[in-house]
Amino acid sequence: MIANLDTYESVSLAEVKVWYKAAPISKFPKNGGACIKYKDKQISVFNFTREGTWYACQNLCPHKMEMVLSRGMIGEENMEAKVACPLHKNTFSLKTGENLNGSLDAIATYPVKIESDFVYVGFSE
Amino acid sequence: MGMKTIIVVGNGMVGYKFCEKFAAREESKHFKLIVFGEEPRAAYDRVHLSEFFENRDAKALEMAPLEWYADNDIELIVNERVTDIHRSKKTITTASEKEFIYDYLVLATGSAPFVPPIQGVEKKGVFVYRTIEDLEAMLSYAEEIKKSKPDGKAAILGGGLLGLEAGKAVMDMGLEPHVVEFAPKLMPRQLDARSSNVLQLTLESIGISIHTGKATNSIMGNGAITGMDFGEDDKLDVDMLVISAGIRPRDELGKTCNLEMGVRGGIVVNDKMQTSDPTIFAIGEVALYNQMIYGLVAPGYEMAEVAVNQILEQSDVVMKSEIDMSTKLKLIGVDVASFGIPYMPAEKGLSIIYENKTKGIYKRINVSHDGKTLLGGIMVGDAEDYSILHQMYLNNMPLPDNAEELIVGSRGEGGSAFGNAMDLPDTAVICSCEAVTKGDVCCSVLDNGNETIKDVAKATKATTGCGGCKPMVTDLIKESLKTLGKTVKERLCEHFDYSRQELFDLAKLKGITDYDTLLDEVGSGNGCEVCKPAVAAIFASLYNETANKQETIQDSNDRYLANIQRNGTYSVVPRVAGGEITPKQLMAIGRIAQKYDLYTKITGGQRIDMFGAKLHELPMIWEELIAEGFETGQAYGKSLRTVKSCVGSTWCRYGMDESVSFAIEIEHRYKGIRSPHKFKGGVSGCIRECAEARGKDFGFIAVEGGWNVYLGGNGGATPKHALLLAEKVDKETAIKYVDRFIMFYIKTAQPLQRTAPWLEKLEGGITYLQNVVINDSLGIVDELDAEMQALVDSYVCEWKEAVETPEIRARYTHFVNSEETDNNIEFVSLREQKMPKEWA
Repeated sequence: MIANLDTYESVSLAEVKVWYKAAPISKFPKNGGACIKYKDKQISVFNFTREGTWYACQNLCPHKMEMVLSRGMIGEENMEAKVACPLHKNTFSLKTGENLNGSLDAIATYPVKIESDFVYVGFSE
Repeated sequence: MGMKTIIVVGNGMVGYKFCEKFAAREESKHFKLIVFGEEPRAAYDRVHLSEFFENRDAKALEMAPLEWYADNDIELIVNERVTDIHRSKKTITTASEKEFIYDYLVLATGSAPFVPPIQGVEKKGVFVYRTIEDLEAMLSYAEEIKKSKPDGKAAILGGGLLGLEAGKAVMDMGLEPHVVEFAPKLMPRQLDARSSNVLQLTLESIGISIHTGKATNSIMGNGAITGMDFGEDDKLDVDMLVISAGIRPRDELGKTCNLEMGVRGGIVVNDKMQTSDPTIFAIGEVALYNQMIYGLVAPGYEMAEVAVNQILEQSDVVMKSEIDMSTKLKLIGVDVASFGIPYMPAEKGLSIIYENKTKGIYKRINVSHDGKTLLGGIMVGDAEDYSILHQMYLNNMPLPDNAEELIVGSRGEGGSAFGNAMDLPDTAVICSCEAVTKGDVCCSVLDNGNETIKDVAKATKATTGCGGCKPMVTDLIKESLKTLGKTVKERLCEHFDYSRQELFDLAKLKGITDYDTLLDEVGSGNGCEVCKPAVAAIFASLYNETANKQETIQDSNDRYLANIQRNGTYSVVPRVAGGEITPKQLMAIGRIAQKYDLYTKITGGQRIDMFGAKLHELPMIWEELIAEGFETGQAYGKSLRTVKSCVGSTWCRYGMDESVSFAIEIEHRYKGIRSPHKFKGGVSGCIRECAEARGKDFGFIAVEGGWNVYLGGNGGATPKHALLLAEKVDKETAIKYVDRFIMFYIKTAQPLQRTAPWLEKLEGGITYLQNVVINDSLGIVDELDAEMQALVDSYVCEWKEAVETPEIRARYTHFVNSEETDNNIEFVSLREQKMPKEWA
């Protein structure tokens, strides 16, 4: 199956119809990312332990269309959370999905909530 | 009043520059700007056309994306040729018979390649070199040729600037290039006979054949070209011909509407860039100014600037009468520069020439008779001094008494012959492509707070054209910051205001062992992908912790202890110290590779690499390898990689000592040591050097009575040979010296700095290093020895650690909520093995 960028569209908090119970917090590394499967999507979930926040985005890097973003280093640039793709270090804002150090298409971001030590990711369907 | 309309005919580099400069002006909002381009694409960088061969990316050459035109309210109509100008009605008509009204017309139609009327020039396989479409046609023809003739040849007609660029393009296409030039020398306008010879020697040494003094009579072949005939039985067999024998202005529009034309073509303009009709301007290669057509982009840009100002009624901005035709370019890796009057008869001035054919260098400066003024110059092979000499020429700066020092270098003690860039007057134009002066650059730093090349480039546009002024702009920024009392500090990133060496010392001093604590105590913010791996390496060097401990601050490869490949699978490399392996070990690797269907290849480091392992398979593969007695080869780390060996005295009839044993011993000593960048060793059993030890960060060569020790060699993009540290020392001493060298490098290098650039930057170089490591000039060898021994004693195989620790093993899964694996990975077959499907 060849990955398709159309599969991924940003979902805002207000647009969430399904809160998918992905996995317990313990499955996610501290200050890093892991990948979850939801229907036909691969979603990267990031645990910014230091800041106490969580983000989620598509696992598909739009540069060469590989499913690797969850394996990248997280960080911040001018106070905005970001992830750097492990292949070529293209950085993406985890708030807006924008490619910060280049002009690639923005990636899709999804809301995350934690309830009873479980990680939930919000989808529109 | 209403809006006035400006129509620009031509969307090449100069046509685009007009739009860019116009859009940047406040007053542009009172005008409507419509641009017509004949080519099917928006303006692109024709100067760097040959880059298209490297990456086939036309978009990368775009001057600006289509959105830029829309964002600036410019209507760009591509693929539409303007066919007529009706001056009385002030309208133009296009090829699709549409009519447009103008208040001002700017003709930037450029030129077309000149095709000499040689018999047979219409045959198949003959191309011109100007547009991306030309290049695409050449590429597909070349592919056709290579199918039947892998050693196909192509000729380039014309050995000027463009012809030599086309020569490189032909080489990149895989054909054998032959440059054919009518004049007796190459680049006849820029070079003299001697520099042309030097350039020819260098080009021939890289495989470009040069034929000067040749007039082509006819092109041979039946339908398609098979060769060129120069008369008197002088022939050249070729399969393709690229014509770049000059340009002719695209002045048809001027002719048909009766504008004043030059005798040999071109639309006549005054110093305001106006044609004989004051509402019609002409700029770029179509304009005839002072009886000349200027085929360089910098004068074209100046013309665009003048036209913009004239239309906006700034009538004092006019074209200078003296146009600077200086050029500096990098042709196929050879620097060629020419400025002022490159060559002249003796009545005009005298020349100082430095020619070194062994190095392919030629430098010439022409000096006035009284020795005070620089009239011009030529540089081939080394044009480092071009910027400053060009400035001296443009600003009429007085020459030093020993003018020859300008090209030979000062032979007295200290001081450069030139002074530095700060000595130039503020009006000196540093960047001629974008007309940025020294004053502009310094102001940008001093008044507007720009401190990096990136910010200054954004603010002033300097370095965004050909990039030739970058060294000078960098110097100006540094010097300007100095006057403000700010030194250019090497800091890691926005999160740590320290150099790597400072951070290393701080972490050690404060005994900090994790990243978050380091951020809290000496950093700010929350970190990023630049400082995390650098700090990870520092912790590794201080505490010899493996990459398993703080896995989320590790770089791409260390994170999973494997080299990530382009499709998200990984490669597996067990250690094969010194390149020595037993048949049993070979078969174990073979069995495991077959079991997991991995692609195998022997590496330059004399070991075996297995590709195509999916993330979840890594612990299983390594478990089997460890069971067979292997350990991690750490091919993924910024660490020791391998110690290469030649066969040495154990088997070789020339071997003076046991290079394999020594290499194995050393590789086991330094395995696991992480460093600012990867480092590699080599051990050769005699001076024939089959292990290429002098290309390594550290190398040993066996000689009569001991070992020679070499340090600081690197391969890679800028290869460097290692330098001799000590001769004829015994093995224990040799090891001690390298121990100290490695520790000293680890403590003082910048992030991702290899030993060669580190040694080059080390004040005092190899002599200083000898003093530190052999004579203990800094009094630190005991400390270095102890630190090295601590690392050696605490070695752990990180894959064994990972395999035996369930929570580390658990990291190796594609999904954390499913046992499924990534179904996005596709392989195709390649020569009995497999490879990832090609990227689109």
